[in-house]
Amino acid sequence: MATARKASKKGGARKSTAPKSGAARKATGARKATGARKGPKRVTRRSGAAATRPRAARPDPDGANDDVRVRPFWSGTVTFGLVSIPVDLYPANRPRQAGLRMLSEEGTPLRREYHNPDTGERIDNRDVVRGFEIEKGEFVVLTDEELESAEPERTRDISLDAFVDVDELDPMYFDRAYFLAPRENAGKAYRLLADVMENNDLAGIARFVMRSKEYLVAIMADGGILRAETMRFADEVRTPEEIGLPKPKKPRPADVAAMKKAIARLASEELPEDALQDEYLAELRRIAEAKRRRGEDVVEVEEPGDEEDVGVIDLMDALRRSMEGARASGRGRKRA
Amino acid sequence: MAARAIWKAEIGLGKTKVPVKLYSAVSDRTVHFRLLDPDTLTPVSQRMVAPDSGREVKNEEVEKGFEVQPGLLVKLEPAELEKLEPKPSRDIEIIAFVPDAEIDHRWYDRPYYLGPDGDAEAYFALAEALRKEGREGLARWTMRGKRYVGALRTEGPYLVLITLRHLEEVVDASALPRPQAAAPTKAEARMAEQLVEMLRGPFEPQKYRDEYRHRVTELIEAKRKGKVVPIRKPRRKKTDESLEKLLEKSLKARKKGAA
Repeated sequence: MATARKASKKGGARKSTAPKSGAARKATGARKATGARKGPKRVTRRSGAAATRPRAARPDPDGANDDVRVRPFWSGTVTFGLVSIPVDLYPANRPRQAGLRMLSEEGTPLRREYHNPDTGERIDNRDVVRGFEIEKGEFVVLTDEELESAEPERTRDISLDAFVDVDELDPMYFDRAYFLAPRENAGKAYRLLADVMENNDLAGIARFVMRSKEYLVAIMADGGILRAETMRFADEVRTPEEIGLPKPKKPRPADVAAMKKAIARLASEELPEDALQDEYLAELRRIAEAKRRRGEDVVEVEEPGDEEDVGVIDLMDALRRSMEGARASGRGRKRA
Repeated sequence: MAARAIWKAEIGLGKTKVPVKLYSAVSDRTVHFRLLDPDTLTPVSQRMVAPDSGREVKNEEVEKGFEVQPGLLVKLEPAELEKLEPKPSRDIEIIAFVPDAEIDHRWYDRPYYLGPDGDAEAYFALAEALRKEGREGLARWTMRGKRYVGALRTEGPYLVLITLRHLEEVVDASALPRPQAAAPTKAEARMAEQLVEMLRGPFEPQKYRDEYRHRVTELIEAKRKGKVVPIRKPRRKKTDESLEKLLEKSLKARKKGAA
């Protein structure tokens, strides 16, 4: 247990947004000093590398940070007063048990197709339209243009209109996290905003629309990197009254004292992070690796199975490149 | 209108057991669309097909493969997967009670309220003890065939359980380089501080409304009544002023607004 915990600390998956971010920054600095200052030397395994070691050989849970492929899927602008900072958004979370895929008998990844249930005719993904069911079997169709026109003005702006103490954010609201990487010449303004938030333990609050959904976000800085946590809107978080929880009862002091004792017995000053390991995933990997060594049921896939996966890239690699300012090719979207 | 409990369990604290009911703390307000055939406007059906043959693969024929490295999968038999399924249990096991700030924001995933199931005394005593000690519990349980890790916390006098992401689900930012950029000047840093200070306030989630969702709902209503919806393009803006100038202007604008 102790070894595993140490490994995860070294890997840096430990909380680096501790309320006192100065300490976290120091920790990051210490890591970099161990020889990986500029980045290229850092462990990275690209897809297709022949000499790739199997994952199971690296018990370090952070190993999962390598060879993860995702799309930089949104570009927008963080605004702060009249200052705008063009950024790319990258997911900071990965789906649970991402490694498991659906295959045919022959071992090819399956593709999802749409069909008309009456005629059996295939419908191209691009032709499918979106409809809202107003009555059973009756739909109002909304086009992409109509949905876009419902977007609030300045929709690609993440406009920071309030700053709050990081500690004041309620975890009940948190949904998903994204990294923001500076685009174009945004480096200096990006750094300015990151510094001012990190030095004051502040989070910036904003709303923005991404992929046909509006989000409330808290933007925080951690080791000089901006992260956006999307949050639920207030009407999406229920209250105890809405649930119908019983009226609170004043507990007896003796009962509270007994509970405090029970808490003390299990008290720990640090988060035992190995408890956050996905045991199911680890077991899947173990079984799969054992079969692979025996050469049993191993299938090679050439292309990602899903048509939509085209353009998927290595997440850490993409992030690294944007952070270092070398723009990934082919994504240089011009803003009007 | 009371919500329905989705699960019943017992929080185990050594010998002490606290029976609880679990309720989702999230209500989904997303406007859900159905995917339709563009010609007939009937909902489409989805099929999984083998890409080479185009043949449909029925649910019961779907095989699972685990990606051991990009492009390399190992097929897993149903029997092998079945063996990994966790045993059903009603226990919420507490691994440790850690100080409130120990669990970082990045781990929190989905919140649930816990309500007392019978023994309300123990429930409210545990909530009060947790609050007074300034701790939250790291918990582990199996619900609907899935294993979870979560944080046992308080929300006022009540207990909440927030599921936590696994290590593998959180991308480690400390492996990334700091963005390379020129350091802001002292003047810029000072103005940025001032601007932030002016916008500083309490966290008030009630202040924000999902405007887009409301507009989409209105749009649906308008179309249902047969109204023609005018399309407007969101505007974009652009500026080439220096960072320092922009900060200065922002501060001026805020000051004017406040006066």
